[in-house]
Amino acid sequence: MGKVLELDRVYKAYKFGFIPKKKQVLKGISFYVNEGEIFGYLGPNGAGKTTTIKSILNLIFPDAGRITIFGEDSLKPRAREKVGFLPENPYFYDYLTGREFLAFYADLLGIHGQQKEEKIKYFLNLVGMEKAADLQLRKYSRGMLQRVGLAQALLNDPALVILDEPMGGLDPIGRKEFRDIIVNLKKEGKTVFLSSHILQDIEMICDRVAIILAGEIVNQGYLGDLISEKVLYTEVIVAGLPASEFSHLGESVSASGNRVLLKVYEEQHIDRIIRLVQEKNGKIISLIPRTETLEDIFVGLVKNQ
Amino acid sequence: MKVSTIARNTFKEAKRDRVLYLLLFFAILCFLLSRFLGLLTVGDRVKIIKDVGLASISLFGMLMAILMGTGLVYKEIDKKTIFTLLAKPIHRWEFLLGKYLGLVLTIFIMTVLMSVIFLVVLFLHTFTIEWSLLIAILYIFFELCLMTAVALVFSTFSTPILASLYSLAFYLIGHLSWSLELLIKKIKSGGGRAILKVLYIILPDLENFNFKTEVVHQLPIPTKLLGLSFAYGLVYTAFLLLLAILIFRRRDFI
Repeated sequence: MGKVLELDRVYKAYKFGFIPKKKQVLKGISFYVNEGEIFGYLGPNGAGKTTTIKSILNLIFPDAGRITIFGEDSLKPRAREKVGFLPENPYFYDYLTGREFLAFYADLLGIHGQQKEEKIKYFLNLVGMEKAADLQLRKYSRGMLQRVGLAQALLNDPALVILDEPMGGLDPIGRKEFRDIIVNLKKEGKTVFLSSHILQDIEMICDRVAIILAGEIVNQGYLGDLISEKVLYTEVIVAGLPASEFSHLGESVSASGNRVLLKVYEEQHIDRIIRLVQEKNGKIISLIPRTETLEDIFVGLVKNQ
Repeated sequence: MKVSTIARNTFKEAKRDRVLYLLLFFAILCFLLSRFLGLLTVGDRVKIIKDVGLASISLFGMLMAILMGTGLVYKEIDKKTIFTLLAKPIHRWEFLLGKYLGLVLTIFIMTVLMSVIFLVVLFLHTFTIEWSLLIAILYIFFELCLMTAVALVFSTFSTPILASLYSLAFYLIGHLSWSLELLIKKIKSGGGRAILKVLYIILPDLENFNFKTEVVHQLPIPTKLLGLSFAYGLVYTAFLLLLAILIFRRRDFI
């Protein structure tokens, strides 16, 4: 498995104000993306996610460090030939219709004639925008722009697709559809670089993640390696017995009707609860061990900062 | 190919701009007004119509070039449309050149429109068409191409309002710098004269494109002068485009 994208100690500072004040945005970012994986780039707002992506795409120039795309220096336009990009909050020429918009990008990418028509039709269909294809982009909702933006990013059949907060403006159904499209891209053998601050999205579909906080990569690796399999606590729902019966065994979180939700931290207590319920003719409704989630890691890291 | 795609799109965008039609409207108003102005004049009325007409094409064309040219790149950055565009495998110079050519095409069409209306107004007065006027108009167009490049240079690093002011200043300097030439002839040689000479070389001389007087008064124009003026425009415009590309090449789009 080759490396599709590699960043090596990338630094970037912005200067603000009349008397320029330096603000270090990227502080030596290093990570790589393997071929064929969905890579999640996770970080809170203002951590440097978009700056990283802009550095990759040559929209800004890093102060130091090296970025390679398919082994090619990112400074060369040729490096972007096999890259598709959907920016956060996509902004496009709003006087164009959806179809004209895709035709413009197809022309830029050197796709012409019959192939161009076919591709436009295929991608409009893929993102579910064929009905609005002849509407001007100014009349599109944010979700619709996001969809047509994704079509634009896929036009050149890219091997690496970079998506910056792709599910930001979408409704739940739209998010699911987007997730399905991204997973399908992976099935087609494409590599996906996905930046987001929405943990569930990343946890659901990403193979590997890197977490960026205040311009530094604080953790990266396979999702399975990052999240420990250790059981943090077990959630037990018991029916037919009052919460007071279990006060010494676990923390009672809530009680409704005759049901009690318990948070049990020690494993041997679970056996005792089961026995107690059996003895007193109660009923165990559910018993779910909770392992660490990406959210736990993320919140922990942010708090440490 | 990429350049022409961007140029076509720029033209598509530019022709939607209302400023363009507002300026065209005022230009037409000036052509019509010139007929009334002619009535008030003692002597050759036709000369007034020609003078005002050519000056209007020049002035409103210049305003079109500056007002649209200065927003050209700024709008792309401000509206963030540039992000998806430059993320494609295109060079930044291709983007700039495409933008420039798209606007030059717009200016060309507007100049043609203004000229046709001007010639029609003139024809209704004289019932003859003077083809020599086209030479003056052609050189006005060359000047507008140069002014578009000026606006583009300023728009790569500044906001539209500032860029418009800079471009306007360039235009004024360009039309007044010929007086330096007079001054150079009048003062004695020495340090002052040398400085003035350098200044004259650096500053643009837009009067090189002004053949209005010759055409209106039907004076002969040496072919050599036409050739030199054309070459001057070409070299100066190329220099400005190169400058714009150099500034734009290393710009961060935050």
